[in-house]
Amino acid sequence: LLQAKYKERGTVLAEDQLAQMSKQLDMFKTNLEEFASKHKQEIRKNPEFRVQFQDMCATIGVDPLASGKGFWSEMLGVGDFYYELGVQIVEVCLALKHRNGGLITLEELHQQVLKGRGKFAQDVSQDDLLRAIKKLKVLGSGFGIIPVGGTYLIQSVPAELNMDHTVVLQLAEKKGYVTVSEIKASLKWEAERAKQVLEHLLKEGMAWLDTQAAGEPQYWLPALFTELYSQEITPEEAKEAIP
Amino acid sequence: MDRFAWTSGLLELGETLVVQQRGVRLYDGEEKVKFDSGVLLLSTHRLIWRDQKNHECCIAVPLSQIVFIEEQAAGIGKSAKIVVHLHPASSNKEPGPFQSSKYSYIKLSFKEHGQIEFYRRLSEEMTQRRWENMPAAQTIQVNKNSQAGRIRAVGIVGIERKLEEKRKETDRNISEAFEDLSKLMEKAKEMVELSKSIANKIKEKQGDITEDETIRFKSYLLSMGIANPVTRETYGSGTQYHLQLAKQLAVILQTPLEERGGIMSLTEVYCLVNRARGLELLSPEDLVNACKMLESLKLPLRLRIFDSGVMVIELQSHNEEEMVASALETVSEKGSLTADEFAKLVGMSVLLAKERLLLAEKMGHLCRDDSVEGLRFYPNLFLTQS
Repeated sequence: LLQAKYKERGTVLAEDQLAQMSKQLDMFKTNLEEFASKHKQEIRKNPEFRVQFQDMCATIGVDPLASGKGFWSEMLGVGDFYYELGVQIVEVCLALKHRNGGLITLEELHQQVLKGRGKFAQDVSQDDLLRAIKKLKVLGSGFGIIPVGGTYLIQSVPAELNMDHTVVLQLAEKKGYVTVSEIKASLKWEAERAKQVLEHLLKEGMAWLDTQAAGEPQYWLPALFTELYSQEITPEEAKEAIP
Repeated sequence: MDRFAWTSGLLELGETLVVQQRGVRLYDGEEKVKFDSGVLLLSTHRLIWRDQKNHECCIAVPLSQIVFIEEQAAGIGKSAKIVVHLHPASSNKEPGPFQSSKYSYIKLSFKEHGQIEFYRRLSEEMTQRRWENMPAAQTIQVNKNSQAGRIRAVGIVGIERKLEEKRKETDRNISEAFEDLSKLMEKAKEMVELSKSIANKIKEKQGDITEDETIRFKSYLLSMGIANPVTRETYGSGTQYHLQLAKQLAVILQTPLEERGGIMSLTEVYCLVNRARGLELLSPEDLVNACKMLESLKLPLRLRIFDSGVMVIELQSHNEEEMVASALETVSEKGSLTADEFAKLVGMSVLLAKERLLLAEKMGHLCRDDSVEGLRFYPNLFLTQS
């Protein structure tokens, strides 16, 4: 009987707390509404403020982007901003995949997304893109973020890229290409290991092989082309260029 | 280090961020100073250093103060550094952390690397001198060209003042916003603590808590964006909301699925649904949680996860294994096919084409030829012709 009584007590305590949480939730919702009425614009217009906001949420253990039904999303409009960005990111990556094998620099992605959004859309920062991409990961289509040099490569295909692949990508980032000798010299690998990694990147379409380079073959990353070397030309310009 | 001034760290009008690097420590000449762990930001106008632990501690020096820079390679136990030689501080410099210094140079120590890239960008900015073309709305920093600087200030001082006022107002708004945000976060933190306490109680008394209460609790967590600490339920971390969403999806996706051969990747679904909604979009997690419930709700769609981790939605009537049979026919007709070629032929996305071919291989119908030219599939003659 005593045990039953204790159990009952326990249930009541949990119920109490739930009721308390429900009340606090309502209060919080009101506070958030007030905050939104004063500062919603700040979040919309100021990328730096968004970073601070996200950092603070992370610190206390709250994910404002977890659900479109969450308070943060509904009242501050952060949700729609990032989820729509997610859609735009997917579309850009898909459009360019045939060219770069599913690897793109954060810079180029940023440029393309801004282009797609048009002149009058809200400003979008690289931090915003990274957060949107982190969310896209759960959809299982292989989105990933690879740090290289001072920036990031964004992966958008479910190709397996382990530490070896990543470090070679980082090495290639400086000039846009890498050779077996460079890998051996910088990373102190055997030629076999270097070749395996490079072949995997070739297979995935993320690297292109230049066998006509002076010296030894060069493995180029098309993901880095626009950034380092070429100018973006439209199909019209390309047509004109051909005699 | 006496050339540095305190700053809010916010970029001015016309100032753009070029690169940033974490884990940077500052030296006054050869001596370490208390700024030992911060984010170093390079803008078109300034070099800014912000303390990683205390974001309020933020100092900056204009790029115009820099005479030249040099690299100092890393050594054993020593990080790579950039040595920055500076002009003497101008008399009208804003207050900073140091009143005087016996050195005319500082060092930036890159404890978490990034020095190569930073040096490259800093050199570029020093060459391009973009700060001269776009005067940021700060007080004019008088450098070695003091005559020219003073003349410029006199000419546009009215505009400068207006910009300064606007900046102050924006700063005020932002600091107010930050203050309000901090207070809000305090309250949110209380909610997180409370939810942890409730979750513990629930864990201790599995089965004694009612279904209803669990549902309520999960919806509270959803509203606040708190991760569900009570896992292992029938519906994963789904809630009533996701249940409704699952039913809606079953309706919305019926036709699109039929048009696409009965199968779509979850990413495609995400884009399709959100483009259609326009407002009140779904988060990726919302979509996944709703799709996880499809099967148990006996809806005409289901979620399927391939070995590769790729997630798709299929019509219940869709049988991928049957599709494999027709894929085998197609591959046999052509002799061999890559995922790209197959996708084009059949009119599927490359992602799903690859999954189908992999499944066919798994079932023993196809063999792979894996080379640098790509992954190519052939009918498995070992099986059929032995």
